[in-house]
Formats: sequence, C-alpha cells, structure tokens
Amino acid sequence: MTDTLTISSRPRAFRPATTEPTMVKWALIAFCLAVLTVLLFAPLFAVFDEALRRGWAFAVASLSEPDAQAAIRLTLLVAAITVPLNAVFGIAAAWAITKFDWRGKAWVITLIDLPFSVSPVVAGLLFVLMFGANSALGAWLVANGFPVVFAVPGIVLATLFITFPFVARELIPVMLEQGRAEEEAALTLGASGWRTFLTVTLPNIRWALLYGVLLCNARAMGEFGAVAVVSGKIRGQTTTMPLMIEMFYNEYLSVAAFTMAGLLALLAFVTLTLKTALEWRYADQLAATYRH
Amino acid sequence: MNIEIEEISKDFGTTAALHPVSLSIPSGTLVALLGPSGSGKTTLLRILGGLEFPTAGRVLFDGADATNLSVQDRRAGFVFQSYALFRHMTVFDNIAYGLRARPRKSRPQTAEIARRVTKLLELIKLPDIGARYPSQLSGGQRQRVALARALAIEPRMMLLDEPFGALDAKVRRELRQGLRDIHDTTGLTSIFVTHDQEEAMELADLVVVMSMGRIEQVGKPEDIRARPKTEFVREFISA
Repeated sequence: MTDTLTISSRPRAFRPATTEPTMVKWALIAFCLAVLTVLLFAPLFAVFDEALRRGWAFAVASLSEPDAQAAIRLTLLVAAITVPLNAVFGIAAAWAITKFDWRGKAWVITLIDLPFSVSPVVAGLLFVLMFGANSALGAWLVANGFPVVFAVPGIVLATLFITFPFVARELIPVMLEQGRAEEEAALTLGASGWRTFLTVTLPNIRWALLYGVLLCNARAMGEFGAVAVVSGKIRGQTTTMPLMIEMFYNEYLSVAAFTMAGLLALLAFVTLTLKTALEWRYADQLAATYRH
Repeated sequence: MNIEIEEISKDFGTTAALHPVSLSIPSGTLVALLGPSGSGKTTLLRILGGLEFPTAGRVLFDGADATNLSVQDRRAGFVFQSYALFRHMTVFDNIAYGLRARPRKSRPQTAEIARRVTKLLELIKLPDIGARYPSQLSGGQRQRVALARALAIEPRMMLLDEPFGALDAKVRRELRQGLRDIHDTTGLTSIFVTHDQEEAMELADLVVVMSMGRIEQVGKPEDIRARPKTEFVREFISA
C-alpha cells in the first residue's frame, strides 16, 4: 500500500489559502465592531441610560406599580406555558419528520414555517375571527365562562402559534444529519422506544433543543403584534410587558417605558448568559457530539 | 443458532427489494451476503435483525417462527455500516448500553456489568479505551467497539452490515482476521454483508451471491469459484 501523501515540505512563511492578509482581517473586525456598536450596543445603552435618567429609585418605583407588576407576571406566565408546550410540539414534529417517511411530509415542513411568513397581526386576527364573540365557537365559549379573545387563553394561543417554528426548525436539520442509525442500534440492543428516545435521541439533540427553547422563550416574552390584537390590551389584565411598554411610551411615561424595556432586555441577557455558561461547562461533550 | 429463511420477499412501495428468497444457515456458520448495491443483501440482513419486516414469507430461528418477533426480542448483535456508536457516551457506556437496557430482574449488577465490559474490551484487544468518546477513536477502533457493544447483549447471532466498508485497505485486512477470530471464539452464527468478493471468499464459510433481489448462488467459496452457476456470478467474482 502507498503511504499517505506528506505535505510537510511546504515553506512555513506561506499563509494558508483560507487566511486573509492582516490588513483585511483588521478592517473586517473593525467594520463588524462598528456595525455592532451602531446597531446593538448604542441602542441598548440608550435604553438603560433613559431608564436610569432619574435614578434607580424612580425606575424601581415605576416597576412596582400594580399594572406594571401585572404585566410582568402575565409575560412570565405566558412564557412558562408556551415554551414547554412548544418544546414538546417541536420535538414531536421534528421526530415525525426526520425519523419516519410518510406522504405529505414536504407539506408539513412548509406549514411549520407558516408562523414566520404570516404577519403576527394577521395571526392575531385569525384567532379573533375563530374565537371572537362574533363566531359561534367564541360565543359558546364566552357563554360557558371561558372567554379566549381579550383574555389570557387567547394570548397563550397567539404566542404558541407565533413561537411554534423555533424548536422544530432548530431540531430538524440536526436530526436529519444524525440519521436513524443510533436509534436503530439502541433498539437492536434491546432498548424500548421510550428508553431509546431518552438515552439516545434526547442527548443527541439537547444543544439544538436548548437553542430552540431559548429563541422560543425570547420571542414568547417579546411578541407584540399578535398579542396586541387578541389581548384587547386591558390594563392590569391582558397587558403583557411589550404592550405595557407601548402604553407607557404613548402616555409620555418614558422612564417607566424604558425601565420595562430594560427589564425585558435583561431577561434576554439572562438566557444568553445561561446558554454561554452551559456551553462552557459542557464544552467537551459538545465537541464530542458534533465532531463525530 | 440455525436460521431458516422461507420465501421472504420485501416491497418498498411498488419496487421489489427482495423477490421470494429462501436460505438455510446452519448453526455457527460465518456467512457472507455478497452482491452489488441494490441487490437486496442489506434488506435481507435488516429483516433478520427485525429492523424491517418482510412483505411475505417466514423466518425461523432454531425452528421457531421469528417473523414477527420485535427487534428487541431477537437478540441479534447488529453492527451498522458506519457503526452508529452513541456519540455522547464513552466507549464503556456504549458497550454497557445493552446490559443496562435490560428489564430489572435480568439486569446484571453494576460490578458485573463493569466486569463484562472489561472482558469485551480485552476480547477486541483495546483494554484501555473505556473512558474515550467515539470521536476520539480511529475507524478500526470504532468497528471493534461496535462489535463489542453487539456482543455484550449475549446475542443469538451476529449481523454485520458492511463491517469493513468505512475502513482503508490495510486496516480492513487486519480486522478481517479479527472478525474471524471473534467468530471462532464465540461460535455464533454470523452473517455479514459485503460488496467485496475477495473479502467474502477469504472470510466466509458460506457465500450467498445476490443480485437484483434474488439469490444467484449459495456455496462454499471454493465451490463458487470453481463452478459459478450463472453468468452474473462468473462475472462478479472475477471482477
């Protein structure tokens, strides 16, 4: 057998074909930093600056107002309901799409993207049309003491719809790339379907799942359009944090508006920090999962 | 364990992957399913392993009908083409997987599992790699770990799908002997799929030449070489 070709005779001073000259490198880095500063850092700084314009005490006081408190609680409640549900739905959809062959699969993949392509306002109107008092179903629900539109269930439904694609879209490419062989191996070794899912499938997709859940959570807490339509924006009852921010802003309560906005941004920071911490903690396993 | 395949056929939609095929495999034989891609050899192997179910026909293990036996209950040691090692588990956990998946009453104690895994690592001549992850192994090491993992469940037979397919020619030849040794040590009926006629002829006791979903010839390597039954077999083994 011939030996593998050695390329060690190449002079060291040559730079690899994929590396740019130093000047290009620094120019690109500077450009990226400039764009990030203008589009991301500066606005974020402005939000916190405005929130704290009249001091910490004032900002905190604006958040402890009952309406603001209700909005924070509602947003956390909606996220707490929709994120786990969409994690389960997303896994189920990705599983069905990647592990089985069936007719109409291509259609379902397209449908999963629907919430991304439909304007959130249209999605909100859709739910108003279906569950509003003018529809037979909506009238019946109201008569039986379970109003959907202009109430919390409607907000949950709209948020579920809007955030559905996040988990599934993160999982599908990963699961397609990993194929079915490991699951089949587990089955031949005597594991039940459920055990296979818990010990083989889930660990293999956990990072994609985590990203999907984080994105889903960020959107669930931040969704404005669809929720604005179905909620009716009843102060203290169906007003979520993003809706509350708009109300404060329209009432010229800019410190309250920006404090609430800052809090929403902070929640996003917490999830990002969590993600980074987990990545750092499990770096070796992450590498083992993807380097295969 | 002896294996009887009676008039097994398999359709995928409108295309027939296997026309009715019959084959009888005596206990302890090392069998090669030899054929080009699309000949139905992998489909037949997967039917034996319980990963596919035949459209018609029967499979008998030691005379008992196993056609509808679930994949878990077949206790077939299956080695996959690219090994399908669990990438998030260490080599030790990979090999222990089948033992830990057993129902509680037949599951060995932790210490007993460790002892068996250690023994298997010795059998594949890689005693020190238990703590590594599959991504840290060479192709040949992965293949042997896959063998050990399949052997751990105390299988009734070994089924290997292109066990040397992902390896370079040198490692391939080394591991061929390794597989022969393990087969002779365990005495298990073993069936492997290959498209490499040299590999089949050198390694197997019994060679089954397949083409287009049909069995062309069954026989000892020297008989097939001396008396090819069809034009296809003559051409394929001289390639």
